[in-house]
Amino acid sequence: MKALLLHLGVLAGLLALNFLAPAYHHAMLARIMVLAVFGLGYNIAFGYTGLLSLGHALYFAAGLYATGLLSQAGWSAGPALLAGVLAGGAIALVSGALALRTAGVSLMIVTLMFAQAGYQTILYYTPLTRGEEGFNLTNAGRMLGPVNLTEETPRYLAALALFAVALLLKLALVRSRRGRVMVAVRENEERSRMLGYDVFRVKLVALTLSGLYAGAAGAAWAVLFGYVGAGFAGIQYSILPLLYTLLGGAGTVLGPFLGALLMFYLIDLTSDVSQSYLFMVGASLLILVVFAPKGILGSLRARGLKWLP
Amino acid sequence: MGFWPIFLLALMEGLVSAAVLAITAAGLSLVFGVMRVVNVAHGAFFMLGAVGAWFVTTYVPGPPALVFLAAMILAPLCVAALAGLADIAVLKRLNYSPDATIVATIGLLYILEQGALSFFGPSARPVPAPFSFRIQLPWFGYSGYKLAVVVAAVVLLAVLWLMINRTKAGLVMRATQSDPEIARAFGINTDKVYAGVFAFGAGLAALAGVLVVPIQQAYYLMGEGPLLMSFIVVIIGGLGSLRGTLVAALFIGLSDGVISMFFSPTLTEILATLLVAFVLIFRPQGLFGRGAA
Amino acid sequence: MAAVTLLEARGLTHRFGGLTAVRGVDFDLTQGECHALIGPNGAGKTTLVSLLSGRLPVQTGAIRFAGQDITRLPAHQRVRRGIAYTFQITSVYAGLSVAENAGLAIQSRGGAEAEVPAALARVGLEGMAEARAGTLSYGHQRLLELAMGLALHPRLLILDEPTQGLSAGEIGRFKDLVAGLTPEITVLLIEHNMEVVMDLARRITVLNFGEVLATGTPKAIRANRAVQSAYLGG
Repeated sequence: MKALLLHLGVLAGLLALNFLAPAYHHAMLARIMVLAVFGLGYNIAFGYTGLLSLGHALYFAAGLYATGLLSQAGWSAGPALLAGVLAGGAIALVSGALALRTAGVSLMIVTLMFAQAGYQTILYYTPLTRGEEGFNLTNAGRMLGPVNLTEETPRYLAALALFAVALLLKLALVRSRRGRVMVAVRENEERSRMLGYDVFRVKLVALTLSGLYAGAAGAAWAVLFGYVGAGFAGIQYSILPLLYTLLGGAGTVLGPFLGALLMFYLIDLTSDVSQSYLFMVGASLLILVVFAPKGILGSLRARGLKWLP
Repeated sequence: MGFWPIFLLALMEGLVSAAVLAITAAGLSLVFGVMRVVNVAHGAFFMLGAVGAWFVTTYVPGPPALVFLAAMILAPLCVAALAGLADIAVLKRLNYSPDATIVATIGLLYILEQGALSFFGPSARPVPAPFSFRIQLPWFGYSGYKLAVVVAAVVLLAVLWLMINRTKAGLVMRATQSDPEIARAFGINTDKVYAGVFAFGAGLAALAGVLVVPIQQAYYLMGEGPLLMSFIVVIIGGLGSLRGTLVAALFIGLSDGVISMFFSPTLTEILATLLVAFVLIFRPQGLFGRGAA
Repeated sequence: MAAVTLLEARGLTHRFGGLTAVRGVDFDLTQGECHALIGPNGAGKTTLVSLLSGRLPVQTGAIRFAGQDITRLPAHQRVRRGIAYTFQITSVYAGLSVAENAGLAIQSRGGAEAEVPAALARVGLEGMAEARAGTLSYGHQRLLELAMGLALHPRLLILDEPTQGLSAGEIGRFKDLVAGLTPEITVLLIEHNMEVVMDLARRITVLNFGEVLATGTPKAIRANRAVQSAYLGG
């Protein structure tokens, strides 16, 4: 109950910020919410099921490009978005069916290689994808029914709606019996197998759900912000959700959102002083992994807030 | 030119990249073999070697060949010291846990790239070769420096081989690799071995960076390609097997040279990365590996 | 009543590289019995049990369980068919509560959360439902592991060296618990403690160098020359 109230409270706060936040922060929050959805999905695989992937950019890019290219081809926003979500899930399902035959370090490298192959594929088909340069969606392609997503307020509310659905579904998932089995697989794979759970299947489902989230974030990015480019398929976009999750707390529902929020503002504040984006990301990763491997919410949970999901 | 001269040129280019790749990958392979650490910052050490060479050749006066020789010694030493420090300050505190060290070396990679960007700048800068001798073949002229790189790599790898198999340091390293517990029981300070191996591996990458910079130019993101290629080589050669790594470096370097002469390099890279993924999935001991060398 | 065969293994052979750990083993379990598997270290007990439970894939031979061929079934499906396995070195979810540990076992067969208290009470852990499993004493972790095995409602329960590391008092309680399981549940017991074996088992199979040396009642095994010499190093 407390947990549900907390999450609804966060969503209500974000809704209030739609009316209160100054334009600059308003625009930034919309981006944070979309990337937080990416992080929420990453956390399903990493935080709850224990699958450390270094290739989630592939699923994000699958959503981004499926939506973007279909929009180019004249599809309207609704079906294009849906196709983007499904593309993320489908790519995760197929690559996971192969990659999940490995574990640990091998899994990290295999996912990294798959994502790298995806990135190179996008470059290889530059005539279609416009490569690193990318392309912009037409304004017509960014009309979701009567809603014009090129305008600030509808865009913010659309990002919030996506984030709300993603957050509440994840809350329901981690409190469900399936969520508990995911944690069981993370905690002790062999024990879970000998309790009769199909460990491979549990992992594959978790990775596919994670891919659906990443695909949704990518698809939303294309339509909300109107730009599609190969940069989103690069290794940086595999590291970002990992960073958000580590910062906010792996295995906590709100963690990746908190991580994305902090990281955005940290980079924003320091970029006034210097162009030190790479340093901020690198130093955050180092500090987290050495001093606070549980992240912010994970540490809070360990110190008494046991109800935190 | 007909087909065969082009093919010969492709082979020679492939041999040069195989030479540089072999040195870089040997460092990565050593670190993984002994420490079980997947060092994502390896490409950054490579880049620092090249950037270091630029600083030395730009600011140290003297005859070019001598200055370049100084760069070949100074840059790897500085990079090795930096890596040793990183091992003690970060990796050791993580108890070399595989997952945590990967995340940490990613962090390290970003910090080093930022350092290069801040102090060296965003543009690529050339470093002149220590000598400009050209070999004239019937069909084309070829850079003498590139051939010197191949010779240097062969000598270097032979020395490395002897060091690992014939010296006390090599013995200590192999003992730590096969069982750290037992090595400790025999009085080996494994913390020192780990720091030393990590520094040594980084130094090898830096040396490769120095050797390649007259061919390529120094650039703060130049380490990403070699990192990926080293990963490919180390995995296809069999994780932790130095022999396999060297065979794979030769194989990948040559075929990369030949294939990218006739096909798109992007396509080559897609196929290579997919090959690595499938090797890890279906043949985790590598294509050439038969356990640790 | 005629004895019904629950499990039937024929011609099991398993090699690790050049080493043959199990060689041509035929093995039967009768419904409702408590059957002990004994033998010197390295005799192939753990390998044989791993083949039965599916933790190792079968290389040669066949296994039938409750009349059906399970030779090619993966471990988790064998668990669903009714073969429960408790680990030699306790393996519980250390980070989860005792209740959640039991709950995961119950959930696996589609049972309801309300069954958790009864499952814990069966082994005397009802007072510790909220404790983290990793904080329990070794003996209590053993009991929890047994509770999880039983919560699966198995037809066959495989206990891999269950009394290892337990105190004398704990061993006594454990024996009482296991004695009460048959004949509803068939028990396969791998055990070094001969007192436990002789008290619990109705039949004993002795393995030596990967082969079956003898099978019979405790009395017959005790009198068997070959067994004596194997154990005395003859």
